[in-house]
Amino acid sequence: MINYFRLAYRNLGRNRRRSALSALALGLGVALLLLMAGFFEGEMRSAMESSLRLQSGHLQVRPVGYEEDKLSLAWEDLIENPEQVAAQIATLEAVADAAPRLMASGILTVRDEAVGVQVLGVDPASASNAPYREGLLSGSFLEADDREGILIGRPLAEALGLSAGSKVNLLVNTSDGLVNEQAFVVRGVYSTATPTLDKLVVLMPLAKTQTITGAQNRASIIFVLLKDREQAPVVAQAIQGKNIEVKTWQELNQLLIETENFSNAYLLLLNLIVLGVTATVIVNTLVMAVFERTREVGILAAIGMKGRQIMTLFLAEAGFLALGGIGFGLPIGWALCAYFGKKGFYIGDLGITGMAFGERIYTYLTLEAASSLLITALILTLLASLYPAILAARLEPVEALHGKN
Amino acid sequence: MEVAKVTDVTRVYKVGEVETHALNGVSLSIEAGEFTALVGPSGSGKTTLLQLLGCLDQPTSGKVFINGKDVTQLNRNQRADLRKGAIGFVFQFFALIPTLTAYENIEMPLLLLGKKPSERRQRVMELLDAVGMAERAHHRPDQLSGGEQQRVAVARALAPHPLMILADEPTANLDTDNGRQVMQIMQKLNQETKTTFIFATHDPRVIQYAQRVVTLRDGKIVDDGNGK
Ligand SMILES: Nc1ncnc2c1ncn2[C@@H]1O[C@H](COP(=O)(O)OP(=O)(O)OP(=O)(O)O)[C@@H](O)[C@H]1O
Ligand SMILES: [Mg+2]
Repeated sequence: MINYFRLAYRNLGRNRRRSALSALALGLGVALLLLMAGFFEGEMRSAMESSLRLQSGHLQVRPVGYEEDKLSLAWEDLIENPEQVAAQIATLEAVADAAPRLMASGILTVRDEAVGVQVLGVDPASASNAPYREGLLSGSFLEADDREGILIGRPLAEALGLSAGSKVNLLVNTSDGLVNEQAFVVRGVYSTATPTLDKLVVLMPLAKTQTITGAQNRASIIFVLLKDREQAPVVAQAIQGKNIEVKTWQELNQLLIETENFSNAYLLLLNLIVLGVTATVIVNTLVMAVFERTREVGILAAIGMKGRQIMTLFLAEAGFLALGGIGFGLPIGWALCAYFGKKGFYIGDLGITGMAFGERIYTYLTLEAASSLLITALILTLLASLYPAILAARLEPVEALHGKN
Repeated sequence: MEVAKVTDVTRVYKVGEVETHALNGVSLSIEAGEFTALVGPSGSGKTTLLQLLGCLDQPTSGKVFINGKDVTQLNRNQRADLRKGAIGFVFQFFALIPTLTAYENIEMPLLLLGKKPSERRQRVMELLDAVGMAERAHHRPDQLSGGEQQRVAVARALAPHPLMILADEPTANLDTDNGRQVMQIMQKLNQETKTTFIFATHDPRVIQYAQRVVTLRDGKIVDDGNGK
């Protein structure tokens, strides 16, 4: 057996700088793409986490025909006796917490500034408020019987110059299609590190929300958290009731899941573009090598090396360059992902309303994403290198006798 | 026994509209063990004839036989296979693989033939001795003089026990002493191993080693006689 790898290795050593630079190009590409993959995955993960904690929960029980974006307060669009329903659901083994929530749109005014908000009526005692309770930056959390207290998010507080103790005016839609207005006191300012939601959501005790909107003993949804979110479809089956439907977190986060699919496709495209460029660098190096070594290839052919063997030799060189590049890019990309996985990228408010994107992205590199990238890099480089390899294999051995350099 | 024969071959090179008749109806028979010089002025067709005998190229018309076998019908791979075992080449420039040591260069044809490591080792050492290069076995070509490189090339050509060795101006890039040394080694190997040698040359000092001198002019054989 001919040791193609030894030959290839020595051939690459003939022009060390050139070989190193072309491997470096691939290495940088790989490092960058690993970081991108970690970035996308981290973003999607945190968006999903935020959504589960803040928006969708693991399950939602809601009236049949409920429309998420409408925030309807009409009685037929609400669940009656929500506390009772929630208590029943809470008895299920798999359920960690079930709490009614009443949502209403409103307008918050301070002096002459007015901002559209979403009033979220919650049972202050519920464990599902943990993100707000833990994210409390100043002031105190709501009490169940508070009749004029609200919590607001940091972006809203900053935009309107509010802090704990500030007085605001709140205009809220009501069940009979009118509006109700009342003065409130900001009890506290919270941050869930999700500016797209924090700038919008105003927390109010459920009882107060029910009175101010005229919803009386009704709620928009029952927000359910499970001990294990994979149980969602099973638990959804177990919950039955008149005029209600149960949605799992998968169903509730359709948009996010579609966004993830889209971003994976986008990432694949990005991979192909970047790797296409780096493969071109390597192909270029090999094409130069073929032309420089025309005579040598002719000699090998003259002493009986076949086209297939000559191809193998050049592909081995491509393989070395690819592995060298990957070997260089992988630790760098991995280190970058590890660093930004800890520190996070600050991106602030993406301005995408309705989706729970955090203000920092913590990169998260999955083994699957990394290995599929590296395999793609290797295969793409080898495929592209078929061109110089075939070029070399097609050279006529006669060239060797002509003494041309 | 006849190791190679060409019958009425022509080789026409076409560059654009211009046709060059590099060989024009050449017939030649080479017997086993010959030490033959192809001579003639520049452009007379020496290299072209060596290429046909070496199965590196195909004639425009006529036939080429190696060891009695018509090789004009063979495809690229079949010709590569034939060259691998039967034909050794020595070129004017010292055609060694620059990344390989003298030892490894000589070993290459044996690797291509799939010989066992022990067999390869023995053969390479034997050849290094035969061309007086044992001392420099592990030098790379750029660490060898032209004469030394050409001796390694002769050893490599001889490695697979070929039917014949074709040498195209093997001394053209060597000084007188080195040229003589290479010719003497080839002559000695020819006598000891009975391997057929055919070499193209301009050099009168080389021609004197030949047993047979075939003279070409304008793509035709104009003289075929004994040397010296
Ligand atoms: N690849 C080619 N394309 C076109 N013409 C060629 C080619 N190779 C050789 N020729 C022409 O064929 C003729 C014979 O060339 P060849 O190389 O066989 O001569 P030669 O006897 O070896 O000459 P020299 O002593 O200079 O090496 C010359 O006229 C040459 O120009
Ligand atoms: Mg010539």
